[in-house]
Amino acid sequence: MTKETIIETERLTMGYGSFVLQKEMNFKINAHDIFIIMGGSGCGKSSLLRVLTGLVSPLKGNVYIKGVNFTTASPEEKKEIMKKCGVLYQSGALFSSMTLAENIALPLQQYTDYSPKTIDEIVSLKLALVGLSGFETFYPSEISGGMKKRAGLARALALDPDIVYFDEPSAGLDPISSKLLDDLMKNINQTLGTTLVVVTHELDSLLDIGTNGIYLDADSKTIIANGSPKELLKNPPNQIVYEFLTRGKQKNVK
Amino acid sequence: MDITYQEQRGCLTVVLSGNLLHIDSQFNKEELFRFARTNQVKNIVICQQNMDEWDSSLVVILFQLMKIAQDRGISIDITAMPDGLQKLLFLSLTVDRHPIKSKHNKSDFLEKVGTWGINTISSIKRGFLFLGSCFHSLGRFFTGCAIFRSVDLWRILDDCGPKAILIVSLISFMVGLILAFVGAIQLKTFGAQIFVASLVTIGMIRIMGAIMVGIIMAGRTGASYAATIGTMQVNEELDALKTMGIPVTDFLILPRVVALILTMPLLVLLADFAGMLGGGFVGTLMLEIPPEEYWKYAWKAFDLTSFLVGIFHGIVFGFVISLSGCYFGIHCGRNADSVGVATTNAVVWAIVWMIVLTGIITFFCEVFDI
Repeated sequence: MTKETIIETERLTMGYGSFVLQKEMNFKINAHDIFIIMGGSGCGKSSLLRVLTGLVSPLKGNVYIKGVNFTTASPEEKKEIMKKCGVLYQSGALFSSMTLAENIALPLQQYTDYSPKTIDEIVSLKLALVGLSGFETFYPSEISGGMKKRAGLARALALDPDIVYFDEPSAGLDPISSKLLDDLMKNINQTLGTTLVVVTHELDSLLDIGTNGIYLDADSKTIIANGSPKELLKNPPNQIVYEFLTRGKQKNVK
Repeated sequence: MDITYQEQRGCLTVVLSGNLLHIDSQFNKEELFRFARTNQVKNIVICQQNMDEWDSSLVVILFQLMKIAQDRGISIDITAMPDGLQKLLFLSLTVDRHPIKSKHNKSDFLEKVGTWGINTISSIKRGFLFLGSCFHSLGRFFTGCAIFRSVDLWRILDDCGPKAILIVSLISFMVGLILAFVGAIQLKTFGAQIFVASLVTIGMIRIMGAIMVGIIMAGRTGASYAATIGTMQVNEELDALKTMGIPVTDFLILPRVVALILTMPLLVLLADFAGMLGGGFVGTLMLEIPPEEYWKYAWKAFDLTSFLVGIFHGIVFGFVISLSGCYFGIHCGRNADSVGVATTNAVVWAIVWMIVLTGIITFFCEVFDI
């Protein structure tokens, strides 16, 4: 049975001005996958995420989200598509002047006609989902880094998105908080069927949660591996990917 | 979307079908909840027929039904629901969803006054400590022991000197123009319009030039100091300086204070002449005073002591603006909001202190007949 494709790129080239970061990228992300964008520092992982979320336009090529060309879509169409996408930024990006409840309620107030009571219910449900039940009245400055990320995830999930993008979710977290976040991501993927697109170079994390992925190479400026991280570790397609997945171990890969 | 329900021999059956997205406003859930609370309902069964997509609005309705069943001690069957939905409902019921009591309770009047008093005292203490450390740094600067990068001083000098020339010139020219206009209306009635030149010259060189430059620089440079240092606080750059053993006052405040103290008198000088030029513009074009006559009267009114008092105001204002900007920047909180608050406070307090110090300087000038 073939899986439904939710995101597809076609000859995607990205960069800044005349500087090309990655070129001619063709890949597909299936629905309900936890898709990992791997690669060394500076290869363009976060830039790819910015292209996929519409923050930056690609130099060439197209991104299709649920069959719609996101690159050439009108601002209104893009807004409609982005309503079904959530993003968790590296720092959580919570609004510091709002409580956690107000942060999560914001997209619901903007994009739905739910009653205030229903919004309150959904907010506390989302907070419960990320293990922050009871922290509704706290401000971002009053909680830890890991909690900020979880609260950011609750906000990303507010509109029941089909896709959630994560930019370095484990960055700056201790191993236990990092594991908790990984478990939470798997739980959300399994419970809600949400597709997760994760940019990370945390080996433990990507091997634990990833069901599919790509490896971006900074030297050749293109995708040099495609598949689940576990599979790539078992059958490395090249030396670069093997070294990346084994923290620099040497082996002759044919 | 379709949600139907019926009661049969004490069993309330709720049937869900179709697309169940955003159902909050399309379905009268209160009626269903009222019915579920009646005594005739002995158990609840949730069924589905070709149920398509669903979202959090359905979860909220089912959660309420489960809570009603729990409160009434009757059973509810949700086994026909999709797996993910069942897990979410289970999670909703098992976690304690009563928010922790807000730490931001409303305080009573006395508490507010007390808090204000304590904050004011600690602010004054903090202010004096800050002032002390700044004077200490200035002392180190004059003895050549201060730790700062000269490249920073040049960059800041460039920012608050040459880059401010255009705006200072324009505003001061306009102020001179307005002074001349306002004065001309009254002086014309006595046929004494020639004294517009004296009015503008004395007004600009004694105080107006310095005040205008002070206000411009408080809004332009003072705010920028507070925002820059405040953002550094948010990014933990100040902590990094402290842990490296580099005094923050030397490294960040000193170049800014020195730069403004050096540039303010020059900007006041520029503002004085731009204002006189604005007055001359009105005098020659509107009042038809010959240019040479206007400048003769202007120079006649030019008093070196008044001019130096104006320049002295400039130096004092430069000190006040830079200290205010740096103080609020350094004591900024660690979030984006605090940077905004710091910037506003820096400008407001710089202007307040400029006016207060103008009053004090004017008083002493009167006492010592300057």
